[in-house]
Amino acid sequence: MNEIPVSIKINGKQVTASVESRTLLVHFIREQAELTGTHVGCDSSSCGVCTVLLDGDKPVKSCTMFAVMAHGHEITTVESLAPGGVLHPLQQAFWDQHGLQCGYCTPGMLMTSVALLKHNPNPTEHEIREGLSGNLCRCTGYNNIVKSIQQAAGVMSQAIPAAADD
Amino acid sequence: MKAVGMGVAHESAKLHVTGTAKYTGDLDMLDVLVAYPVQAIHARARVLKLDIAAALEVAGVVTVIVESDIPGENNTGAVKHDEPLLSSDVMYHGQALAWVIAETDDAARAGAARIKPQYEILEPILGIQNAINAHSYHTEPLRILRGNPDTILEKTTTLEGEILVGGQDHFYLETQASLAFLDEDGCMVVHSSTQHPSETQAVVAHVLGWARHKVSVQALRMGGGFGGKESQANPYAALAALAALKTRRPVRVRLTRHIDMQLTGKRHPMLGKYRVGFDVTGKLEALHLEIYADGGWSLDLSEAIVSRAMFHCDNAYFIPNLMVKGFVCKTNVTSHTAFRGFGGPQGMVLIEDILDRVARAVKKRPEVVRELNFYNENSLDQHTTHYGQTISDVRIGNIWNTLKTSSDFENRQLEIENFNASHPFLKRGMAITPVKFGISFTTTFLNQAGALVLIYSDGSVQVNHGGTEMGQGLHTKIAQIAAQTLGVNLERIRVMPTRTDKVPNTSATAASSGTDLNGAAVKNACEILRERLEHVAAEMLKCPSDEVRFENGFAVHLKQKLEFEKVVMKAYLERVSLFSTGFFRTPEIHYDKVAGRGEPFRYFAWGASVSEVEIDSLTGMWHLRRSDILHDCGDSINPLVDRGQVEGGFVQGMGWLTMEELVWDDTGKLRTFAPSTYKIPTLADIPLEFHVSLLPRATEEKAVFGSKAVGEPPLMLAISVREALKDAISSFGGLEVKLAAPSTPEAILDAIEIVKDAAREIVMSL
Repeated sequence: MNEIPVSIKINGKQVTASVESRTLLVHFIREQAELTGTHVGCDSSSCGVCTVLLDGDKPVKSCTMFAVMAHGHEITTVESLAPGGVLHPLQQAFWDQHGLQCGYCTPGMLMTSVALLKHNPNPTEHEIREGLSGNLCRCTGYNNIVKSIQQAAGVMSQAIPAAADD
Repeated sequence: MKAVGMGVAHESAKLHVTGTAKYTGDLDMLDVLVAYPVQAIHARARVLKLDIAAALEVAGVVTVIVESDIPGENNTGAVKHDEPLLSSDVMYHGQALAWVIAETDDAARAGAARIKPQYEILEPILGIQNAINAHSYHTEPLRILRGNPDTILEKTTTLEGEILVGGQDHFYLETQASLAFLDEDGCMVVHSSTQHPSETQAVVAHVLGWARHKVSVQALRMGGGFGGKESQANPYAALAALAALKTRRPVRVRLTRHIDMQLTGKRHPMLGKYRVGFDVTGKLEALHLEIYADGGWSLDLSEAIVSRAMFHCDNAYFIPNLMVKGFVCKTNVTSHTAFRGFGGPQGMVLIEDILDRVARAVKKRPEVVRELNFYNENSLDQHTTHYGQTISDVRIGNIWNTLKTSSDFENRQLEIENFNASHPFLKRGMAITPVKFGISFTTTFLNQAGALVLIYSDGSVQVNHGGTEMGQGLHTKIAQIAAQTLGVNLERIRVMPTRTDKVPNTSATAASSGTDLNGAAVKNACEILRERLEHVAAEMLKCPSDEVRFENGFAVHLKQKLEFEKVVMKAYLERVSLFSTGFFRTPEIHYDKVAGRGEPFRYFAWGASVSEVEIDSLTGMWHLRRSDILHDCGDSINPLVDRGQVEGGFVQGMGWLTMEELVWDDTGKLRTFAPSTYKIPTLADIPLEFHVSLLPRATEEKAVFGSKAVGEPPLMLAISVREALKDAISSFGGLEVKLAAPSTPEAILDAIEIVKDAAREIVMSL
């Protein structure tokens, strides 16, 4: 076994472990950081349920990235979205709008949506559809996922009007 | 507060959005082992030698599970005992011949790669037509007959044809998963992502050779099921239990996506061969239909699935003379299984395809011919199905007319004609199609459910029932039913994980029946408890017990009221039992399979949809411009949840009919076993405009709180997309459209070529 020391800041906490060089980031997150909110759906970068943020705003499919590639970087997972128990507007919106059924795709959907709204706080419906088309959901038919993101974008633009326009 | 009828959010929503909801693969367990299969590389063969020694040399490999490790019955078959868990008889490509159990996934995988079975290669039977040629069937043919179709077909205008309807992979986002361990008493505990915990328990017990009371199964939740975990979760639970017994350590079996798609059954591909007779107006006079389903290597649930295809080959239409025969072909592919609609969708695609063809033959719009053939409850003899069930409440007429108006059907049809006249390469099409779907398990004894409701002396309530949660919102509706019946707020109710040690001998959460059956059982238990509490409250309020009402967390009599928890505490002190079982069995239903007669369904769910598409004749690419749906959920227990089911079912059905293509090669190997080659709908594929409504004032007297089942019926609303594509293709000319299912862009190009050729021939013959 070729074990390599890897240190990744996950949700603000430094996680260090020696792992086999081919260990995927998603397994590092689930097994070393013990954060199981990030799921595995297809093992092959197609479904998006394992999406996490790299360095704050870049959504990556963590089943297609080796843990060693994230060494020295910051990773954000769904568990970090509600500091102090206060839900992120996207979390609240997916809840309110029934933007989930079985929930398995939800963490990935949320992380991709967080990145989308960071880069584009007021996306059109078309931009939402395009932005989330790399995340599969088998239950909802997606309609309520679009509504969820629209609700969150509305709430977030009201909460920080100046920051968004400046 | 009213609980039933409110759009209450999913009971696990908070856990889902915060990433704290646990699936079987997330459950933490010390020293857990994992498993990886050794897979057959032929579709039909006999294993001559399976040497596992090389695998055992791999660091981290603990053991290899082979056939001789099975202490009990080597069978996981749900209906027929024809599914060995492990066998030297290779019945399909990719079949698991042994499972390597190891400390890590890497070790298990490396161990499995070291095992090189030796085979005697045999000839597989692949595809429906080859099975028909070889007379390879799992069961005797089924038949339902009304009238004299063969006589009528000799006397009237007829069309003959064949349609092959493709299968569908479930693609639940959480693959099959089970975790098994021995408790301190040497009994087996299994956490399984299963729609049918009682059958999982039974199969585990059989395989171990134990009585069932030594096995407990828990299904906390599934990351999607769709029928794929009705019977096919069982082998992986049995395997985990077997390995746990052998190693005395916890064992988790979680299939990778590739392995899951290679091992598990799909929606049945079905071939329909028909002869249909009709009059000049397009009214159907007779139909002779043979339905051949590819059952795969074992029977699984295929016979009941073909039955449902036969029950639904009428969809919403009265066909006075009808013979339908059903065959379950035995082939060397995965064992095809339940999938949302359970054969119904295939039967309905067949009749809709036939009606479209009849309409074009009599030169009428398809929706006109569809409407002409609807069941009609005002006519004495035109609201009885071919299997003899009288439809007491035909709702399609109202739904159809309302939807045509709300979707602006006629004006848009003119717009489409204008668009098509001015666009040589882009063509638009639109179609409206109905849904009638029978509700109940057609295997009558399955229509029973149990519940166990516990009230604690502080007034809080735990509800146990036999249904499983796979995202459909069953637990949410159950909580609403319990709150409404006990007259308390939802916050007081907690729905517990589904466990076989709380409610025994349950039926699968399937056939859309989860709420109808389990909801009624929970209501029954809550009513028993409420009656006991009414007596206690009556003494406290000094009034007759039948004048006490429970609402909003209070026992109420006229202007007096008492907190629910005070009544509960008083009951406890008075030594009144605060827990109860509940039970429900669907009344009146029955079916005689041999005679092909009976009333297998408690009621029917209805709906209709209009879809408009645009195709590009140069590439075959298309998009869904708009879909309108009006669906009958009875008095919806939860409109938010039900709309979600309608939208999700429609999109899943659209995927099945237009983009999800299963390709097996000539050796029987499935080539589309990953999302890179098997395409389910994404956000880019859903209708650009999507209008979904639930039928108002739709009380169904025969189901709990006037509601109707909603899990499966909406999937078949997507047939409007397929028929709209045919409408668009028809604008290139020709008299009929032959479109494959699924209608991928390639299939659309093929269909366009056929109609263009036919149109040329017509011109040349003039």
